[in-house]
Amino acid sequence: MQQQELIPHLFRNEYRKITAVLCKLFGIENMEIAEDIASDTFLHASELWGIRGLPDNPTAWLYTVAKNKAKDHLKRNKLFNQKVVPMVQNAASELHELEIDLSDQNIKDSQLQMMFAICHPVIPAEAQIGLSLRILCGFGIEEIAAAFLSNKETINKRLFRAKEKLRQLNVKIEMPNEAEINHRLESVLATLYLLFNEGYYSQARDVTLRKEVSLEALRLTHLLTENQATNKSAVYALLALMSFHASRFEARLNQNGETVLYQDQDESLWNAELINQGEHFLRISWEGSTITKYHLEAGIAYWHTIKADTPLKWETILQFYNQLLFLQYSPIVALNRTYALSKANGKAEAIIEAEKLNLSRNHLYHSLLGELYTDIDNGKAVVHFKTALGLTKSKGDREVLKRKIAALDLRK
Amino acid sequence: MKDFLLIYRSNPSPVTTASPEEMQALTKKWMDWVGSIAAQNKLTDRGNRLNPEAKVVRPNDVVTDGPYMEIKEAIAGYSIVKAETLDEAVEIAKGCPVFLVGGNVEVRQIDVM
Repeated sequence: MQQQELIPHLFRNEYRKITAVLCKLFGIENMEIAEDIASDTFLHASELWGIRGLPDNPTAWLYTVAKNKAKDHLKRNKLFNQKVVPMVQNAASELHELEIDLSDQNIKDSQLQMMFAICHPVIPAEAQIGLSLRILCGFGIEEIAAAFLSNKETINKRLFRAKEKLRQLNVKIEMPNEAEINHRLESVLATLYLLFNEGYYSQARDVTLRKEVSLEALRLTHLLTENQATNKSAVYALLALMSFHASRFEARLNQNGETVLYQDQDESLWNAELINQGEHFLRISWEGSTITKYHLEAGIAYWHTIKADTPLKWETILQFYNQLLFLQYSPIVALNRTYALSKANGKAEAIIEAEKLNLSRNHLYHSLLGELYTDIDNGKAVVHFKTALGLTKSKGDREVLKRKIAALDLRK
Repeated sequence: MKDFLLIYRSNPSPVTTASPEEMQALTKKWMDWVGSIAAQNKLTDRGNRLNPEAKVVRPNDVVTDGPYMEIKEAIAGYSIVKAETLDEAVEIAKGCPVFLVGGNVEVRQIDVM
């Protein structure tokens, strides 16, 4: 029983470690060879362990096999010998002395450097997320396809193109220098945030998989705090934000995988440990001198961990949204800001402001106005909810809207 | 879209008699007002407040105290907003919290070379 549970996580964990170390050693242009050696190691393990049972120390066993396979590959492959070995050998004079360093420190360093390579700004965001899931998280192609609501062929093509791009641009697997680090870190954080959201807001049915995608994003973000060069306040702010969101995982989906709205959630299902963790990271993040959008969003998410409506809660949230808009406009932030405005300053003011937003083709705009007009002018509220219904294809959103319309119809 | 400069004018130091609570309420009014412009995607630059202390330098090294000795209303700050026309920029300027302290807003299109 224990053995069956142990293996999937073990494979995923160790796959990404071995791949990162080998990629780092062979260079980005040989990423596929690194993946192949890692996959081969696990194929070998699954066949052998299936018959003989787990070895005493599965991790050590995997590392030994991976090292041997890597060395064999170096010996066997002529082309590889001519091109890569001289480069690798700069560090080791003889092939048999070649050290494949699977120490904890080198694994962490390699993973971090891979993160910067994969999240290079030239790679399209979608491909960055796919590559992150594959290389940094050790997900299978099928799992990635399920998370993206896509198929294996599409994902394979996407990953192939992304790898081509990394090769063409000769992206180095290394830490960016000090002058570049902030700019490059921004790109890494953006990808990690997208990766988290991919799990959090995905329409995919598989709830366990979605949760794992989000928790992987959290883990990778945490990895950034363990390095002197990357433990910046924005990283802690993103970590806090993810922790607060993740704390509502159990409460925000019902048994059918449908979204439960915030106000309808059972607070007892909120994860106190993740909330505490979020508060801890949030405190660290505010010690920094810069305020990023992650600080502001983490602040908003923090106040949402307190369910009771108080004037202070909504006033604080409103001001965070104002500041987010000062940093950068986005329609979603404008709509959320207007909702916070209704809670802080009243619906009358919020309706006037909402109608200035010029977002009438956005279903969320009509959902918001429906919400604001409820109890003020229920006729108008129904019209807006129905307009929203006509504008959205999302099954979850449609269900929520239909329920709201039905509730208002009953009150007529 | 063109950029328009909103110049906020008000009598210097009208709020010195206000309580901290009143000042905080006024700050909130400003935040919400500028936030509203930003929510419409019409904010180019939040701008700044200007310190009331001012000197005017004139020809022949003549330096005098601030211009408001004569004109009573000093420039208290500015923002830059986006609008299609001057009238549209004027619409944005309506509701500015500077009116609460007896001030006004001058709206000027920024000419681009």
